[in-house]
Amino acid sequence: MALHLTKSRPPTADLHPEPAPPRGRLLSRIDTRWSPYLFIAPFFVIFAVFGIYPLVYTAWVSMHDWEIAGKGEFVGLANYTALFADADFWNALVNTLGMLVLATVPQLVIALALAALLNQSLRGATFLRMGVLIPIVTSVAAVGIVFSQIYDRDVGMANGLIGLFGIEPIDWRADKWSSWIAISSMVNWRWTGYNAIIYLAAMQSIPRELYEAARIDGAGWLRQFRSITVPMIRPAVIFTLIVSTIAGMQLFTEPLMFGQGAYAISGGSLRQFQTVAMYMFEKAFRDFDYGYGSAVAWMIFLVIMLLTAVNFLITRKRG
Amino acid sequence: MSARLIRRRSARPVRRMSARRLRPLAAVALAGALMATAACGGGEGDESGSGKTTLVVKTFAQFGYEDLYKEYEAAHPGIEIKEENIAQFGDYLPKLQQWMASGSGAGDIVALEEGVISKFIDKPDQFVNLLDHGAGDMEGEFLDWKWKQALSADGKHLIGLGTDVGAQGMCYRTDLFKKAGLPTDREEVGKLWPTWDDFLATGEKFTKAKTGAAFFDSAGMVYQNILMQQGDHTYYDTDNKLVIDSNPAVKSAWDQTVEMIDAGLSGEITAWSPQWNAGFKKGTFATIPCPSWMLGTIEKQAGPENAGKWDVAKVPGNGAVRGGSFLAVPKQSKHQKEAAELAKFLTDAKGQTSAFKAKSNFPSALKAIDDPAVQSFTNPYFNNAPVGKIFGESVKGLKPVYLGPENTPINDRVGQALIAVEQGKLKPDEAWDKAVDDAKSVAR
Repeated sequence: MALHLTKSRPPTADLHPEPAPPRGRLLSRIDTRWSPYLFIAPFFVIFAVFGIYPLVYTAWVSMHDWEIAGKGEFVGLANYTALFADADFWNALVNTLGMLVLATVPQLVIALALAALLNQSLRGATFLRMGVLIPIVTSVAAVGIVFSQIYDRDVGMANGLIGLFGIEPIDWRADKWSSWIAISSMVNWRWTGYNAIIYLAAMQSIPRELYEAARIDGAGWLRQFRSITVPMIRPAVIFTLIVSTIAGMQLFTEPLMFGQGAYAISGGSLRQFQTVAMYMFEKAFRDFDYGYGSAVAWMIFLVIMLLTAVNFLITRKRG
Repeated sequence: MSARLIRRRSARPVRRMSARRLRPLAAVALAGALMATAACGGGEGDESGSGKTTLVVKTFAQFGYEDLYKEYEAAHPGIEIKEENIAQFGDYLPKLQQWMASGSGAGDIVALEEGVISKFIDKPDQFVNLLDHGAGDMEGEFLDWKWKQALSADGKHLIGLGTDVGAQGMCYRTDLFKKAGLPTDREEVGKLWPTWDDFLATGEKFTKAKTGAAFFDSAGMVYQNILMQQGDHTYYDTDNKLVIDSNPAVKSAWDQTVEMIDAGLSGEITAWSPQWNAGFKKGTFATIPCPSWMLGTIEKQAGPENAGKWDVAKVPGNGAVRGGSFLAVPKQSKHQKEAAELAKFLTDAKGQTSAFKAKSNFPSALKAIDDPAVQSFTNPYFNNAPVGKIFGESVKGLKPVYLGPENTPINDRVGQALIAVEQGKLKPDEAWDKAVDDAKSVAR
């Protein structure tokens, strides 16, 4: 944003060759000086109202014993100290990070391979490229319902398939590993194509000469991919990595739809697949512990900031 | 997930605007747009153009008030009633939380389930004291304990008027019972299980017959029912002290339920899940403890093609109540007086009788319970079961069950522990310890 701001500020001196009448000049000076700020104001006003204000207000709520019946006592950081000792919160954090890895790594690897394939001169290239985007057009809730049925214990397709290989049916919701795989598969299914398209766009901006030169030097397809394609699309990879991390930390609807019954927000009988976002919702809107829920929300925010900073440091070091 | 989309949008470079003379104009347009946006946040507009007072009633599930609204509007020409219904109670709760926390959106009347009203009873100030609006005259009309559930400890602030009580019955599939060689007539079926031990024995008989169906849907439902029959309090004593580990009633309900899981009677189908819904239609379980308000759900899920396959018998053990609701007037209502009048109308004996006929919500008003129209009411979907009589018997002579402030979250956790036992993830003793620990941390 700052970049655009400085660029769009007009060089004032050169634009006023002859003096205007005093009143007009004042208006014009105000105009040139403040208009740019006014133009960018909508973003900042909206950001302040829907971004900063809720953030600060949440912090305020998190320092209270705030229940459904209204604001209670000011308790300072008591909610946070309780949170640090709360096994359910750490369990949710581990679940979230576990599913983040399971959903991000295969997703980006497959997306990379998919993008490399789509980058070839194929028959009906546009059709295929649009095709991989279809999953993100679907609604998350619908995906959740369909996948929940696929992973149903008694009549699910997944159990039917592994049954063909003589494997006993799995109660997908009963264990951490099985529920994580099931939920990650929903995320992967939905977002792989999106990432593939981003990689594809980046790949198409790589100058052809590089490949020609490599070919003259005798580099094979794989070598070209490793030494030219991947380094050249680095910015795109970093972008998808950061965005996937943020989205993964906010994972909510998929595991909620995967859960069962009226208390699905707990993410399984022993919280096998409860994410931090679900834990926040449970505390605030199910147990009506609004202050505690806000503390969880702030912790999610801090963890995301932390992960983003780690991402940033790694990329700066290596880039 | 929306984060991805937002990112993408804001990554697009902002187009530079160079037409200088357009700038002041644009600034004005912009300021106008901002003001318009700001204005959107304003009033709720609860006065309709016709000059009538609109009362908004917030409900969940099915309250069966449609006919009553029409009647009330006809008698009060200045009033217009709008019901805003949220089908799932699980979706209603977070909304309720938001309305109460933000001080707007709760409308003029809100429906409160009994577990929820127990959260408000210590801090009744968010609700209009209905005693100030003449509700005191209705005291004798309600089941005594129902009245007291909505009354503050000092007896001076009444936050809600009772609607229905979750009178208990046991719903069962006649076709599956026949297949298993069990009687199908509801009188005889009721005689199969005077106690829960007899219910267990019947279940074992049923399971041996290998019909392919489970005896009941999930342990949580049975546990709930047994628990509510045990005495006058469950997880909390009447001084709001957590007694989950010292109240023998809770442990005995737990033990009886675990015994039934061990006997393989549970279908391990979590209540309110899609599989559970489908189970009513497909007949994957043969019985389910059904409070009166569940009949509507069963009828809806099993569908017209299964009419007459489900029937209602007496519940094992003593009569019990599970669930039941209240109507309250939030202080944020701008028409408190009118809303209180309407709440009184909807919850008086006549209103409750009408709601019972519409959706089987069993009345909490004595006159309605004794009303021949209720007593003789039969439900055609359930083989013309005399539900008025069955539920009526279960309600009479009932003792109130005190729930306490964190009842719902604790109950949720005990339910999850039972599921873990069903899944074979925890041994019953481990699960019990976990439930107790969780309850203590919730109640902290």
